[in-house]
Amino acid sequence: MQSQQALRDLHRRCFLKQSAGGLGGIALASLLQNEGYAREPDRPTPLDPRQPHFKPRAKNVIFLFMAGAPSQLDLFDPKPEMKRLHQQSVPPSFLAGLSDSLIKGSARVMASPRTFIKHGQCGMDFSDYLPHLATRADDLCMIRTMHTDTSNHDPAQLLMQCGVPRFGSPSMGSWVTYGLGSDSQDLPGFIVLLSNNGPGDIAGTALWDSTFLPAPYRGVTFRSKGDPILHLASPDGYTPERQRDRLSAVNDLNRIRFQQQPDPEITSRIDAYELAFRMQTAAPELLEFSQETPATLESYGIGNEKTDTFARNCLLARRMVERGVRFVQLYHYTWDDHSDLNVNLKVNCDKTDKPAAALIHDLKQRGLLDDTLVIWGGEFGRTPMNEVRRGNSPGKEGRDHHKAAFTMLLAGGGVQGGQIIGETDELGFNPVKAPIHVNDLQATILHALGLDHERLTFRHQGRDFRLTDVAGNVVHQVFG
Amino acid sequence: MQARYFLLLGSLCITLLSPVISFSQSHWSFQPIVHSATPVVHNDDGWSRNRIDSYVLEQLRKHNLQPSPIASAATSIRRVTLDLIGLPPTVPEVDEFLAEDRPDAFERVVDRLLASPHYGERWARTWLDLCHYGDTDGHLTDQLRPVAWRYRDWVISALNVNLPFDEFTISQLAGDLVEGGSRRLPPATDDPILGTGFLRQTLSNREGGADLEEYRVEQIVDRTAMVGTIWLGLTAGCARCHDHKYDPLSQKEFFQLYSFFDQADEINIDAPLTSEREAYLQVRSEYDRRRRDVIEPYRIGLTALQKAWEAKVLHARAHPGEDHVWDRQWELLGLIWGGGLGEGQLEGTEIVKLGWGNRTPRQQDDLLDYFLERGSVADEKQFAELKLGELRNQLVALKKQFPQAMATRAPVMMTSQTPRQTYIHERGEFRSPGPNVKPTLPDWLNASRQASSDLAGVNENIVQNQTSRLTLARWLVSGEHPLTARVTVNRMWQEFFGKGIVATSDDFGTRGAKPTHPQMLDWLAKEFSDSGWNVKATHRKIVGSATYQQSSRPRPDLIELDPGNSLLARQSSLRVPAETVRDSILFASGLLSSSLGGPGVYPAQDERVTMEAFGSNTWTTSKGADQYRRSVYTFIQRTSPFAQSITFDAPSPQRICARRDRSNTPMQALTLLNDPALQQISHSFAELLCVSKTNSDRERIELAFRRCLSRPGTSDELDRLERYVEQQRAALRGSTQASSSQNEWADLASVLINLHEFIVRD
Repeated sequence: MQSQQALRDLHRRCFLKQSAGGLGGIALASLLQNEGYAREPDRPTPLDPRQPHFKPRAKNVIFLFMAGAPSQLDLFDPKPEMKRLHQQSVPPSFLAGLSDSLIKGSARVMASPRTFIKHGQCGMDFSDYLPHLATRADDLCMIRTMHTDTSNHDPAQLLMQCGVPRFGSPSMGSWVTYGLGSDSQDLPGFIVLLSNNGPGDIAGTALWDSTFLPAPYRGVTFRSKGDPILHLASPDGYTPERQRDRLSAVNDLNRIRFQQQPDPEITSRIDAYELAFRMQTAAPELLEFSQETPATLESYGIGNEKTDTFARNCLLARRMVERGVRFVQLYHYTWDDHSDLNVNLKVNCDKTDKPAAALIHDLKQRGLLDDTLVIWGGEFGRTPMNEVRRGNSPGKEGRDHHKAAFTMLLAGGGVQGGQIIGETDELGFNPVKAPIHVNDLQATILHALGLDHERLTFRHQGRDFRLTDVAGNVVHQVFG
Repeated sequence: MQARYFLLLGSLCITLLSPVISFSQSHWSFQPIVHSATPVVHNDDGWSRNRIDSYVLEQLRKHNLQPSPIASAATSIRRVTLDLIGLPPTVPEVDEFLAEDRPDAFERVVDRLLASPHYGERWARTWLDLCHYGDTDGHLTDQLRPVAWRYRDWVISALNVNLPFDEFTISQLAGDLVEGGSRRLPPATDDPILGTGFLRQTLSNREGGADLEEYRVEQIVDRTAMVGTIWLGLTAGCARCHDHKYDPLSQKEFFQLYSFFDQADEINIDAPLTSEREAYLQVRSEYDRRRRDVIEPYRIGLTALQKAWEAKVLHARAHPGEDHVWDRQWELLGLIWGGGLGEGQLEGTEIVKLGWGNRTPRQQDDLLDYFLERGSVADEKQFAELKLGELRNQLVALKKQFPQAMATRAPVMMTSQTPRQTYIHERGEFRSPGPNVKPTLPDWLNASRQASSDLAGVNENIVQNQTSRLTLARWLVSGEHPLTARVTVNRMWQEFFGKGIVATSDDFGTRGAKPTHPQMLDWLAKEFSDSGWNVKATHRKIVGSATYQQSSRPRPDLIELDPGNSLLARQSSLRVPAETVRDSILFASGLLSSSLGGPGVYPAQDERVTMEAFGSNTWTTSKGADQYRRSVYTFIQRTSPFAQSITFDAPSPQRICARRDRSNTPMQALTLLNDPALQQISHSFAELLCVSKTNSDRERIELAFRRCLSRPGTSDELDRLERYVEQQRAALRGSTQASSSQNEWADLASVLINLHEFIVRD
């Protein structure tokens, strides 16, 4: 027994000597863990909160990902000139030297069928499809000159979420929880909420994979129906008492094993089981909306058939942030309106507009918006022209994928609301002022969290990798 | 504080020094393999078993450390069985081993395990990580590849028959070019050509609007990067956009390697299973004859219209943007050809490019079938007048009439019929062509100038002879450079010790880790290539060492001196891989199906898992024993892989993985505690216990314990479990909630599979 205690003390002493907190500490801890040498019970866990590089503006992120790419030209970026060019060929100057497999020279300009109104004191344009988000104009920073590298869904989604248009890089949420840990002790630090809208354009689990970052930084999916986390509920026939009995038996046997084989990984296993048991309690509490006022539920659109799914996810996002979850990622799909855009776009706007606006308002009235960066947008934009790849469909026009210019919205987390950044040309084809690449946006998001995107790195295959790959400039204008 | 200081200092040094070391071809791993004398280690108290131990002891002595004693017999047999076949030993196997007193008892166990068909299943999984094997396309719509498993089975079988690693290599990179590889007759299931399925593990993008060339390029980059990582231990992918920053691989050299694969195309072939083969050979020619007869009355009109269709499609390819209807036809040909069947995506476009007269009869047939499905756009009226819809229906009917002529297909690679000119992609962008390059071996890697000039001679003939990939493959295993042997034995070592002699098993470059035992690495590498690249012999050598067989028990004296266990003064306790976690559960509960090979299966899981991907893919649980197959057979839907595997760190099937993580997370706890599929299995385990010949609770517990942990429980352990069983029996008796099948024995089973010891090998 004495040697047992000596061993534990040594583990601890050794660790305390090596751990100096911060990123170096956690990198070391994860290195030790990889080498089969994991933590003691009082060691820091991978999700313990850590200090950022500099004073942060935001503590948490809620990313409302509009997968499939909503049309910026019918929601945010009015182009009166298009009325004049409607159904005409695109002026050749736009197509010269263009290499994009999706943009077809034979496509004709398609003026937006929507009407735009200026909103808020700032006079921000929104189309009539987004009446609720429009009321948040003074909280929102609208970037009209986002651009990306690829016009296929999954590479572009990977670029937006993981910094490169290929599989194999960690998700933004993984990078952020790797950098900052999480304030929640009973919930994962990076949670993914899916609209479960049926078939859609979404690249799959790679979007929230931690890849070469340690597994605790992997996004955990919460499902809107049934068990929120896979296997969260005790199996049929296990009352809470019987579940506790089972856990006690497992942990007791593991403790006996530790006497035989004093491997610190065993104590980590015991911790993991305790945390799992706490999650079994914490997650249902998180999902329990009965504490919310009817007014709050109504404001999000919970109970309304159209808005219910997205509204529940938005309210969950707020409740997660309240409980210290670092990064909440929502996916709503699909905005991929190749045809019949005027009708289909409305369907998704109707599902998401009210909940998204309510989320921003609710965070604000609870004083959470200052600490929470909210992001709204898709992986690219849509063409100023009618989509023709599958032939024309008179009366049911849609728009194709467009990587050169699209719009995203930011709110909270130190972002200065009521401003529009960037300007596109008369067709909304290309940025003419302040183009902002996806990597720039990522550098800016990390900056809001007090992280320097060039210093948040992880050594893998002999190279220091980062979210923004080899690019990215912080857009300081976002913060005013 | 001190540690952080050193970390900072360390990274500073690396930053400052990197320009100096970056282009160093004198880096250790690029040097020829050194033949060293066996270290002489005195007074090892009979601990050493083979030469590995001399190398390890020599290092330990330098640090004044003693190795650990040999592990207990129960631990030994469990360890070596899990490591070699990925399953725990049976209770009788353990008993037999414990009762053995012959000195070669352990060697006998090793021989038995190496001969087991389960050996190939376990080691195939490690290889499949490297080439990121999957049963679907991987991009967006993630369509099925229903014959991808032909390659997986080829790997299992190659490992089971101990195919020498050089042949294993050559088959996978150039099995279509190997002499004796039959290209006319349908190949046998172990034909080297089926090995080229390795190159078919790249992803396919069938999303509307995807640029066909862009994704073909991505596939070739992936193939090049795989060769870099798997055989050379180099992060070759880094040199796609620029000269490698740290290793002597220029961008030009990357594209010279790339060009080997630029000259190869994806193709699927008829590859009848052994059971299909005879009938196929008998009826296929009859089917072909009947097919010609059916087509003959339509031939003249059909040929004219198909030629017109081909001309328009080819025109659209050469003049994009002129006519979106034909742009779309070209795009479709590349996007949908063989979709959902796992056929080569660009086979159709390549056949059209070949032109009439340059095609094999089979290619002509395949294109005709496509044309009959999709070609009416050429001229709807004429298509109808010629009654080509009727012809299509007749041909479909004919196929149904000759099921035996429709052999199971297999994905392979073959040299392109239309040669391509490879060029450097400026900044990695294929739309920015740089200078032309030819297939060329990285000559700085050759051990001697002599060898290099010989091979340079070979190189010049490559394009004419069309043996380019064969040259590359042969060079990789020629012994002319030191990397293949070092990198390969290092990965084996990693599997047996949890960490390679070079910890960065995916990077032997200047930024990678240094070998902890460089002489041992070289000795193992040399023995491996000298043995005729004998994989099983190398495995036997490693597990035969005392270093491997020593106890893994942590030691206080090592905590500060060697926290990462680099000196190997003990074995390591390792969490078993995801597949072994599940297979062990099935094994303990008596459900594991022992059948080998065949299409991927769908074990039970929450149907919502597949909703995380494109959403239109479904997961229908396999029936009967197929639910309980070994996990290497679990269907891999790339965009939403089997959730339990991912929870236990199975790598993403979208990227190369040479080293798995071994995490320890609450998600794993939730899975083992609550997954309904595992609950179901616990019930089966309980049934097995309840019909066992045991006379008391205690005996039953002992049996269950041994089935799970391969050792007898201690009285502390058995007491605690007995208390638990009694407690649950009482709780269930008073409960109205419990279902009828729930009993305390299922509870016991569940506790056992949740134990840390159950999912590690000590």
